[in-house]
Amino acid sequence: MSQLVTGRTGDWEVVIGLEVHAQVSSKAKLFSGASASFGAAPNAHVSLVDAAMPGMLPVINRECVYQAIRTGLGLKAQINLTSVFDRKNYFYADLPQGYQISQFKHPIVGEGVLRIVLADGSTRDIGIERLHLEQDAGKSMHDQHPSKSYIDLNRTGVALMEIVSRPDMRSAAEAAAYVRKLRSILRYLGTCDGNMEEGSLRADVNVSVRRPGDALGTRTETKNLNSLRFIQQAIDYEVARQIELIEDGGTVDQETRLFDTNSGTTRTMRSKEDAHDYRYFPDPDLLPLTVTQAEVDELAAALPELPDDIRDRLINDYGLSPYDASVITEERETAAYYEAASAGQDRKLVANWMTVELFGALNKSGQSLGDCKVSPEMLAGLVGLISDGTISGRIAKDVFADMFESGKDAAAIVDEKGLKQLSDSGAIEALIDTVIAGNMDKFEEYRGGKDKLFGFFVGQVMKQSGGQANPGMVNQILKAKLDG
Amino acid sequence: MSDLLDLSAVEARAALDAKSISATELTTAYIAAAEETAALNNYVLLTPDHALAMAAKADARLAKGEAGLLEGVPLGVKDLFCTNGVQTTACSRILDGFTPPYESTVTANLWDAGAVMIGKLNCDEFAMGSANETSAFGPAISPWQGADKTDLVPGGSSGGSASAVAARSALMTTGTDTGGSIRQPAAFCGVVGLKPTYGRCSRWGIVAFASSLDQAGPITRDVADNALMLQAMASHDARDSTSSDVPLQDVVAAVRQGVKGMKIGVPREYVMDGMDGDVVALWQQGQDWLRQAGAELVDVSLPHTKYALPTYYIIAPAEASSNLARYDGVRYGLRVEAGSLDEMYEATRAVGFGEEVQRRILVGTYVLSAGYYDAYYLKAQKVRRLIKQDFDTAFASVDALLTPATPTAAFPVGRKIDDPVVNFLNDVFTVPANLAGLPGLSVPAGLNADGLPLGLQVLGRPYDEASLYRVGGVLEAAASFTATPARRAGGAK
Repeated sequence: MSQLVTGRTGDWEVVIGLEVHAQVSSKAKLFSGASASFGAAPNAHVSLVDAAMPGMLPVINRECVYQAIRTGLGLKAQINLTSVFDRKNYFYADLPQGYQISQFKHPIVGEGVLRIVLADGSTRDIGIERLHLEQDAGKSMHDQHPSKSYIDLNRTGVALMEIVSRPDMRSAAEAAAYVRKLRSILRYLGTCDGNMEEGSLRADVNVSVRRPGDALGTRTETKNLNSLRFIQQAIDYEVARQIELIEDGGTVDQETRLFDTNSGTTRTMRSKEDAHDYRYFPDPDLLPLTVTQAEVDELAAALPELPDDIRDRLINDYGLSPYDASVITEERETAAYYEAASAGQDRKLVANWMTVELFGALNKSGQSLGDCKVSPEMLAGLVGLISDGTISGRIAKDVFADMFESGKDAAAIVDEKGLKQLSDSGAIEALIDTVIAGNMDKFEEYRGGKDKLFGFFVGQVMKQSGGQANPGMVNQILKAKLDG
Repeated sequence: MSDLLDLSAVEARAALDAKSISATELTTAYIAAAEETAALNNYVLLTPDHALAMAAKADARLAKGEAGLLEGVPLGVKDLFCTNGVQTTACSRILDGFTPPYESTVTANLWDAGAVMIGKLNCDEFAMGSANETSAFGPAISPWQGADKTDLVPGGSSGGSASAVAARSALMTTGTDTGGSIRQPAAFCGVVGLKPTYGRCSRWGIVAFASSLDQAGPITRDVADNALMLQAMASHDARDSTSSDVPLQDVVAAVRQGVKGMKIGVPREYVMDGMDGDVVALWQQGQDWLRQAGAELVDVSLPHTKYALPTYYIIAPAEASSNLARYDGVRYGLRVEAGSLDEMYEATRAVGFGEEVQRRILVGTYVLSAGYYDAYYLKAQKVRRLIKQDFDTAFASVDALLTPATPTAAFPVGRKIDDPVVNFLNDVFTVPANLAGLPGLSVPAGLNADGLPLGLQVLGRPYDEASLYRVGGVLEAAASFTATPARRAGGAK
């Protein structure tokens, strides 16, 4: 599938790399005991260490280290048993220490890989360059006072994982698929809640363009995108801007850009010349971070089954389509729901009912799977009624709608409304006779060779039965009657 | 009262236990002594009310027989240690009026042991200096005087701490040592100073200068007091990631154990131009004393010694430039209002930091900059490892090293301040121990021709403070250093 972009002067290849900042799910911050939870009153979660009081020292929160290792394992990445925290020095009002503690030369996680699923169900492997732990900064609020800025240090020191991809993506859609998949893995692992609205997952997007086969072009970095839509918009805008610039005889400047969420455009934040000199050096307050292979092995053994593995199993063992398998495994809850609902049932049929009816209804009602009244056992019950011929697929849709609203079992609804499929051949024969008797003109036409009227008769019989007649039996008996 | 001031801490503890004196009496005597010697500018803050309240509690515990190791001992605290509810400035204008709501681990340990805080002591601004002349509160002055009664520097950065012990306005004091800041002032003032092994005393709550080099330690009148104070202040602290859990040896007993059978190395590289003849002679004398006490003296080589000072003056400023970034006028201390955020930073830091601190921030920023990092900082780290290896090799064959503490005796106030590089040479014998993380003890061992004290330094293996006290105890006994400075409390008027 070609992903080239056609400009005025020919085709261009887009090259994208992402740096995703994922907030580590942990009770306390990376180097202090203050709470890392979201939504407290400003400056309610600030320890002496976070406020960089004189003489205060960082102490690593081991749980954050384990979360980073779990994530690394989920990305099938190299876990570095020794890594080093560095100081990234710069001045800003919401950075109390005057430096961010990060990992520069020796990250805790090295190279890995992330498999993305494209719209056509095909997959592509995107390289992971590294994952490192670092502190988040605080929040500056410039709109609270006419001349002063307000600072909220609640986020200061909260643990982030910066996950850096290789420049392996070739379209905005691939970039979105990458973030979606990464988010999915993080949520399976429980290492980041993936909540983009609350800023738990943010992406910096590196974009460049080149003629197919050429060396890499000059890239720009657009910072701090907190939705899939913004990520795609920023990439599309940058691609168009860069192509136009080059085709007009200009060159792309290596720079950091900001995305304007209102206009969907990017603009220069700082050029390469204005780039900070961060004066990275190993933080002398911290010893090199070491973990043992035994610790890593223990974390690996306790890891949940990951979406790729479940997806493979659904395709290979259950015969699901790659598309259905991907949709079902994107979220851990969905996959678990599916496993429960399809156990002992027609696996493909359950997948169908989930991805079409259930997801459709959830979408329409704005509910999540968690607050939906249809339990996996209830969906299994419904599919079971279809499989054993108790109800037809068409009736089942009505039953499902009722079940979704009322939370009643499918069997109860079928009983209550008398929706059981009519499979008594005598009764069906009687229905057919009535229909033929009422439509003698059509009957004659059929006999005269107008085969297509068969469908008309089926419809009429089903209508007469209130949709409950067994469609297979109707077909069979009707055929015999009409053909005489 | 002056006989109270004559007591060492060990003697005072015995007298307190025997109820022949009270903590309140002793404390009152030291408050008076501090007031009497105020002209030395040792204290930047006296806390008499605090001291008397602590002394009363000490007396109550003494009465109940619940006395701690340092119960009732009047103690001064270098202004680099954060003290809960008591102003802490690092002798810098940028921390003007800063009162921490927390207590450093080291001082908390000392108060837990029953010590009584007399006040906060003068030091070089952010501990950057070797003469206590960079303090925002003006220089601390040594109670010793030159031949023509000139004011002498007490050394630095723990100048107020050493001067106060010598002047008898504190029975013991805390210091910090990043490149010699305990040992050099101790030598200049004729008192005992120990820089413990890096990691021995928690850095939590001590205003940071250079994190990989900073170490708190005791400054006392004699070696036995020093061991006692170390025992009270040292601890493993989970709040300091570089703090060690290697247990402290029985250092108090070590003071009297002697050196029989010990191998003492004499590093041949610790000879330099500009070294006083008296210092060379004292060093030789020290070797003779140890040999007479049963030690074997061994010639050793520390070939990378000459690179220690340049290495130190890259690493220490590099760490300082980053450590001092937090003093930005945003949250506490001094703020000089100005138009933009950047302008506020510039105005605050220009006014708040003195010349020496600014110089080191600039040097540190430079050596960490893109394009210079490899040539300076990275190279310095490599040399630091070589210096450490020199010591490892030496300590494979000897138990301790004997060196001079300083190349000269104390110099007059104001003499060398204009040439920072000359000032840096004060640290030439002390800096290597910081780079290698080793313990070092400075013991007064004699006087120069002008009647000024000179110290000998003992260096040891990591976590082997006991060997230092064994050697220190022998040197102290052999030297029988009894000289006292003219401007001490209760001294000749």
